[in-house]
Amino acid sequence: MEHESRSQHVLSYGFLTGIFAALMVLTATTIIVSRIELGFFNVVVALSVASAKASLVIFFFMHLKYENRTLKTMVLLAFILLAICIGFTFFDVGPRT
Amino acid sequence: MNEPKPQDGHGEHKDYAGAKMGMWLFLFTEILLFGGLFLLYSAYLHRYPAAFHEAGKTENLLLGSANTVILIASSFTVALSITALRLGRTRGCLVFLGLTVALALGFLVNKFFEWSAKFAAGLYPGSAHMKSLPAGENVFTGLYFAMTGLHGLHVLVGSVLLSVVAALVARGRVNAGDFVLLENAGLYWHLVDLIWIFLFPLFYLIA
Amino acid sequence: MDHATPGDRGFLAPDGGKNTLFSWIFSTDHKRIGLLYLSCILTMFAAGVVLGLTLRLKLITPGNHLLAPQTYNAIFTLHGVIMIFMVVIPSIPASFGNIFLPLQIGARDVSFPRLNLFSWWLYVAGATLALISIFTGNGPPDTGWTFYVPFAAKTTTNVSLAVVAVFVLGFSSILTGLNFITTIHRLRAPGLTWTRLPLFTWSLYATAWIQVLVTPVLGITAMLIFAERVLNLGLFDPGRGGDPLLYQHLFWIYSHPAVYIMILPAMGVISDIVPVFARKTIFGYKMIAFSSIAIAAAGSLVWAHHMFTSGMSDLAIWVFSLLTFIVAIPSAIKVFNWVATLHRGAIALEPPLLFALGFIFMFSVGGLTGLVQGAAGTDIHIHDTYFIVAHFHYVIFGGTGLGMFAAMHYWFPKIFGRMYGKSKAFLSFWIILAGMNLLYFPMFVLGLQGMPRRYYDYLPRYATGQFISTVGSWILAAGMALMFANLLASIRNGRPAGANPWGGATLEWSVASPPPKDNFESEPTVARGPYDFHGVVPSE
Repeated sequence: MEHESRSQHVLSYGFLTGIFAALMVLTATTIIVSRIELGFFNVVVALSVASAKASLVIFFFMHLKYENRTLKTMVLLAFILLAICIGFTFFDVGPRT
Repeated sequence: MNEPKPQDGHGEHKDYAGAKMGMWLFLFTEILLFGGLFLLYSAYLHRYPAAFHEAGKTENLLLGSANTVILIASSFTVALSITALRLGRTRGCLVFLGLTVALALGFLVNKFFEWSAKFAAGLYPGSAHMKSLPAGENVFTGLYFAMTGLHGLHVLVGSVLLSVVAALVARGRVNAGDFVLLENAGLYWHLVDLIWIFLFPLFYLIA
Repeated sequence: MDHATPGDRGFLAPDGGKNTLFSWIFSTDHKRIGLLYLSCILTMFAAGVVLGLTLRLKLITPGNHLLAPQTYNAIFTLHGVIMIFMVVIPSIPASFGNIFLPLQIGARDVSFPRLNLFSWWLYVAGATLALISIFTGNGPPDTGWTFYVPFAAKTTTNVSLAVVAVFVLGFSSILTGLNFITTIHRLRAPGLTWTRLPLFTWSLYATAWIQVLVTPVLGITAMLIFAERVLNLGLFDPGRGGDPLLYQHLFWIYSHPAVYIMILPAMGVISDIVPVFARKTIFGYKMIAFSSIAIAAAGSLVWAHHMFTSGMSDLAIWVFSLLTFIVAIPSAIKVFNWVATLHRGAIALEPPLLFALGFIFMFSVGGLTGLVQGAAGTDIHIHDTYFIVAHFHYVIFGGTGLGMFAAMHYWFPKIFGRMYGKSKAFLSFWIILAGMNLLYFPMFVLGLQGMPRRYYDYLPRYATGQFISTVGSWILAAGMALMFANLLASIRNGRPAGANPWGGATLEWSVASPPPKDNFESEPTVARGPYDFHGVVPSE
């Protein structure tokens, strides 16, 4: 049995506000950078910033940072599978034009 | 939505961690559901980079950005509502949940204006205008409707879910000692936010 | 609540004196839900069998007779949709999994009993929608169970409703998987560590992960077909920039792992049966448990081997062919370990073991012929021929089907507290095995000779094989009729079976037969492995 993870950890209003502020800063950043023509690099920046924002939401708003290792592994598994589904499809669509 | 309910009926204690694990598993299914559409998007972006670039420019960046801010703010307020409930501040919790639902409705109103503008321009699924679009633009628009449409549906479901939980909080059925239902509804709502965090750059910024 | 006294009807006993329909269809007892699933699945199975027999009857001689071509197309579509989505996918996990997972881990019920009931209701709703799609709109779907675009997006038959049905059935499957994962993580009895889990439970765990993670992709695929037909998005329309091959990718990202949803639980059943009747602990417990997970993982990486002739890139053909061979390894590990378990065992050849041996034989034939298709070079020759049809019927019917029959004969006395007629069970097994091989083996030959699948008519040179195959279908049907008649009659008339007629060491055999409503009087504590037979004796 995994031990109870009834986390007594309550995130304070202040901490949550800090996360919210960080998310706002990242949103502003990504909008500004998107206005600069960088070609393919625009896609890379936009998706990197989106991933950073997603991590903040998952780890803090969704409390994952304070959950047990089993749950963390499961979440990782889901994202890995998604990456494989998209990535392996590129074995086909990549070379085929 | 049918969020898992903790075991009951046998007078046993509620399995808090089990309920939460069930909810996360359900979220995985949502991630993979949208994952199919993300797969299509990336394959088509690879095939039609220039067309996606052009088509993305026609999206209303202002409305898109506003909706991003709205949705992140709503995620923030739902997180605050959990903290409030756990600190025993039921009133505060209800205020935050009310704010969340209000923001969700704001998001939908924005979306309504965005879609209306497209429809007015003759751009809707199956329209003659859309069918006459060049290959890349047509696929971009099709994906736009499929992905934002499915996401919009989730916003709607999420706000209904949060309203139901708010009613339970008001009646004291969900409280500082038994808050897993609020947490799970919150998790669902964060996921809706999470999907949008990726939809926003894909449709509004890659241009 | 009265607890297990011998002769007690356990969970089958009427609630408060009345055994009404409502006390079953609104029950959250996992055992009742499992039996509800079992009866629905077997009903749908009967329907699928009748459709299959009809197809075989049409094909007994070449020419245009018995069925119109469009009817033939509709019937093979329905046969596939019913058998895949309503029978084989839920088959073992939803029925025997529901009944025995909590019993095997010493729990009172699954983690979310109401969700479990809801999942059954979704199954009924999905099956009903599928039935409605046959009789409404512009005729029953004629796309084959794969719903390939562009045809599925363009055909005028009632595909839209059928894909909604598939979506609902998928949702039902997801909820079962979600429930099982949580249950196995959270509700194991004290002392029941991961390395003491029965292998059936392990296989359900691996299956549940596939159900949760890839079924949503089927959901979005079905939704997209619906959107293409109703909203005309043009996402798969080559004339508007769409790529039909991407549909095939999405479809097989679900449907390939789905064959492991179908086969893994059957493998779990076999892993539980073999040691009990060899009176010896399983050979390589950890390898079998690990190979379940390995099959689930590797099985998720090989989907595009269904697309070797579709015009996919050469790189993809190369990569997916290579990966396909990797999946063969864990499957082979299992077969090796079952055989090694039997080696020097004190074998009691009871009906469950016989069906299990049938499984091993049929699965081996099906698995090895799978490699012929996994190799991209040979696949081009046999793609979309009867060879494929033979292969997957060997695996799915010979494997999952016989695994299901083995499970029925193994757990029947536990569920109903009665024993079936063993000689009839033996007889039915041999008839089924003969019928199956007569039905499907000629298809290997026909396929190699070039007979394409799903064709309404054929050249005279295929007539002999087609004729033998049809005769085989009658023998198979007769064998199954005997088997089900034997089991059904024994529900009422069988002689009473003890709590542990086979001498199993897993927890479900430690309670009365039928199991009491609350499963265990007090939470059991586990101090031994699932196949440790020291001191366990059959109690008939």
